[in-house]
Amino acid sequence: MSEERKVGVIGAGSFGTTIANLLSVRCKVYLFSRREEAVARMQSTRKNAGYDLHNNIVPSNNIEQILLECRLIYVTVTSSQMRNFIQTAAPLLKPSHLIIHGTKGFDVSLPEEELLNPNTHVKLEHIKTMSEVIVDESVVKRVGCLAGPNLAKEIGQGQPAATVIASRFEEVIQMGIATIRSENFQTYSNSDIVGVEISGALKNIYAIGSGMLTGLGLGENVRALLINKGLTEMIHLGKVFGADVQSFLGLAGMGDLIATCNSPLSRNYTVGKRLAQGETLDEIIANMNEVAEGVKTIKIANGLSREYNVPTPILRMLYKMLFEDLGVKEGLGMLMDINYTSDVDYL
Amino acid sequence: MAKINKHKDSLYNYIIPDVADWPIAKLSADRAGFLNDVKKKTAERITKSFGGDNDLHSLLEKVLYQEQRRVKNNPWRADPKDDKYFWAKIKEELLVSKDQDKSGDEAIFEQILTRYAEEIGGSFKPESYKFARRIIPKLFRRLLNARRNPRKFWKDKHGFKEHIQYKGSIEEIRNLATKSTIVFLPTHFSNIDSILLGLSIDAIGLPAAIYGAGLNLFEIKLFSYFMSRLGSYTVDRRKKNRIYLELLKTYSTEAMRRDCHSLFFPGGTRSRSGAIETSLKLGLLGTAFDAQRLNFMEDGDDAKKIFIVPVVLNYHFVLEAPVLIREYLKQHGKERFLQENDEISTSYKISKFLLKFFTRKSEMVVSFGKPKDLFGNTIDENGNSVNSKGRVVNIKEYFQSNGALTEDLQRDREYNRLLAEQVVKDLHKTNCILTSHVLSFVGFTLIKSKFPELDLFELLRIEKIETELTLGEVGVAIENVVARLLEMEKNGDIMMSNNLKKPIDEIINNGLLTLGMYNNKMPLMLTKEGKIVSEDLNLLYFYHNRSTGYNLEKYV
Repeated sequence: MSEERKVGVIGAGSFGTTIANLLSVRCKVYLFSRREEAVARMQSTRKNAGYDLHNNIVPSNNIEQILLECRLIYVTVTSSQMRNFIQTAAPLLKPSHLIIHGTKGFDVSLPEEELLNPNTHVKLEHIKTMSEVIVDESVVKRVGCLAGPNLAKEIGQGQPAATVIASRFEEVIQMGIATIRSENFQTYSNSDIVGVEISGALKNIYAIGSGMLTGLGLGENVRALLINKGLTEMIHLGKVFGADVQSFLGLAGMGDLIATCNSPLSRNYTVGKRLAQGETLDEIIANMNEVAEGVKTIKIANGLSREYNVPTPILRMLYKMLFEDLGVKEGLGMLMDINYTSDVDYL
Repeated sequence: MAKINKHKDSLYNYIIPDVADWPIAKLSADRAGFLNDVKKKTAERITKSFGGDNDLHSLLEKVLYQEQRRVKNNPWRADPKDDKYFWAKIKEELLVSKDQDKSGDEAIFEQILTRYAEEIGGSFKPESYKFARRIIPKLFRRLLNARRNPRKFWKDKHGFKEHIQYKGSIEEIRNLATKSTIVFLPTHFSNIDSILLGLSIDAIGLPAAIYGAGLNLFEIKLFSYFMSRLGSYTVDRRKKNRIYLELLKTYSTEAMRRDCHSLFFPGGTRSRSGAIETSLKLGLLGTAFDAQRLNFMEDGDDAKKIFIVPVVLNYHFVLEAPVLIREYLKQHGKERFLQENDEISTSYKISKFLLKFFTRKSEMVVSFGKPKDLFGNTIDENGNSVNSKGRVVNIKEYFQSNGALTEDLQRDREYNRLLAEQVVKDLHKTNCILTSHVLSFVGFTLIKSKFPELDLFELLRIEKIETELTLGEVGVAIENVVARLLEMEKNGDIMMSNNLKKPIDEIINNGLLTLGMYNNKMPLMLTKEGKIVSEDLNLLYFYHNRSTGYNLEKYV
């Protein structure tokens, strides 16, 4: 097997495992976990996160070997772990490495409690996308991002799906396609990596809202309203970052938003649903296996929206419900009070 | 032998003492060989892209069409006399070659390449350089002394060096220039910049850098005379055809590969607004990537590296300011910008300008930024690239795919774009702010704050009397801005002139004395009643723009 067909996957959660299985059709895949016992378990059971591991997957906790042998690395760690991981890996990363990440969240340089302070100025320079973190902390410049309606469970069942590989570098897109595309997994490309990363992160906000609607037993009309106006808010927030509107209308934007807002499989959706059913945020977070990125993203996006005067009434309402004791029912009532002057104001 | 002793004004010895040993001199000594090489490589690059309908014949037809239009619609005095005839002849030959085999087209291609190569190719002669290098400071000095005391016109009492200060990473650049190729990336405000830069590079003891000078500048005899002796090659912005552009890029790439230090104005043209460049033209900067990649492909790990150095020319006034800002406002304000009066002539005498330029009050600072590689890394004294985390980086690997060095133009364009973002930041850090810059910034910002309801174009039309400021308010604002600037200087975010570190009233006096001193109308002046007013808000806006981009507004 030639060198370019060896790929590393960092992060052995359910999404990382799903990516590893997709890649294993065409490549030899190192699936990295920091925890020795997890690697040993994967090796003996050939299972992880509820999925069978393909024969071409080698579980490993040897990051040196992975970065030495693989030129292409997929990273799926959480947004809170990204900076730390890249810092740890930085001495081993080289300018010839290509990194594609699948993390849908932001890196924020303000302490989390500061985000809850209404007097804090949350500015663009405090917020980094994942690709910016990678470039900041390492010598790697050829960075890409993988985003789209990619619910791990469905892909794990072998259902058809598609994704977007975004990068300013054509080479990264081509390497991404060459390694991950398969019969049941389509790929699209986009050069607006910032737009794709931001839409991927922001959509989690509205997935929480959508879960709430379900938790309250509401139907599809109001969900469509949330999804559509949520997209409008995403686009307005994206403009602050200099993202293209088109990316929000694509598979990684609207596509991912629709899937996440309709899926009980989504972690963010689950958070919303359980909130509406009367649990507190702390209780929910305490007994979730994996991180719901949307909770942190709401804090960040709310701060940005306040700082840059972005019209995001749904976001503000969700923020109040999560962090300021606004009742879910009262909050959703407010959704009907929003005065939109125009249906589509971003084109 | 063209070995020259440095002039007594020079602060630094040449890093290569014998001018004949300079890469630019060697390149010129082999001018024919070099131009042939450039032609050959240009032809290869162009031919490689052919396929389908896109063939040599159709390219030649397109070039002919563009060139005949240029000759007809936009002729310049500096054009060769036989321009029209040449293209008419190409037209005839092209008609004939259509029915022939490829050799006819190839012969025409060769003729065009030769014509362009000869036109672009500079000619650097050590003896002429030596002469120009000696005469220009003398000329300036004499103008200067004449200004001070006409009776002592020929006495050399006051040195040129007193008027130009060189700041920044000069020792670092001198050290690196011996083992690498330097690309200078200066800001551009005035047509005299290329001559000033030629002198500045000489003053810090580096061999002359090659640079592209607009063909239009060659119409001004004084410029033409000195520029061609200071290392320029010719760039004609009207010629936008593929053959010309490829040849120009190859010329730049190959000169760098022959170790010539280079100079590009990364903003493309003079800053119309008076602000430091915020978006850069990527074309010529891209040739640095081509040269670096080719160096690695040829010489592996021993390849010469190419380093970039941002340079900022800091002076108190820009001769062309009235014209530049008018163009800028026209472009941005469309019909809303009303020209109140038009008494400033667009034609001017360079010598008169220089005379004013070098008066004793008009200090000038040339600041050199930190050298970096093409990937934004700083360089240690051995020429290694070191990233922001202190790690040594092997930049050769940026040109590798699947373990091998590859030509991937899309990849390199993207690197180029990232570099341009870095250069914009570095230019702002290299900027050395002068008293008049602070005064104009503070003055305009204060006036603007008094008319919050007016937009820019309305503001620029207010009466002189309405611009009145008290010395007190100006003093307070300057004090705040200077305090902020000192903080920024400590963090390496800007440089400051020595005059800015004097007491506030001296800063104001010096600023008033120097701000736009050549311009007919004063951007700011002191009235008999002790108030500060603006005679020309457009100009004040122009000079104010220089210090934008630093978030200084809130300190006024």
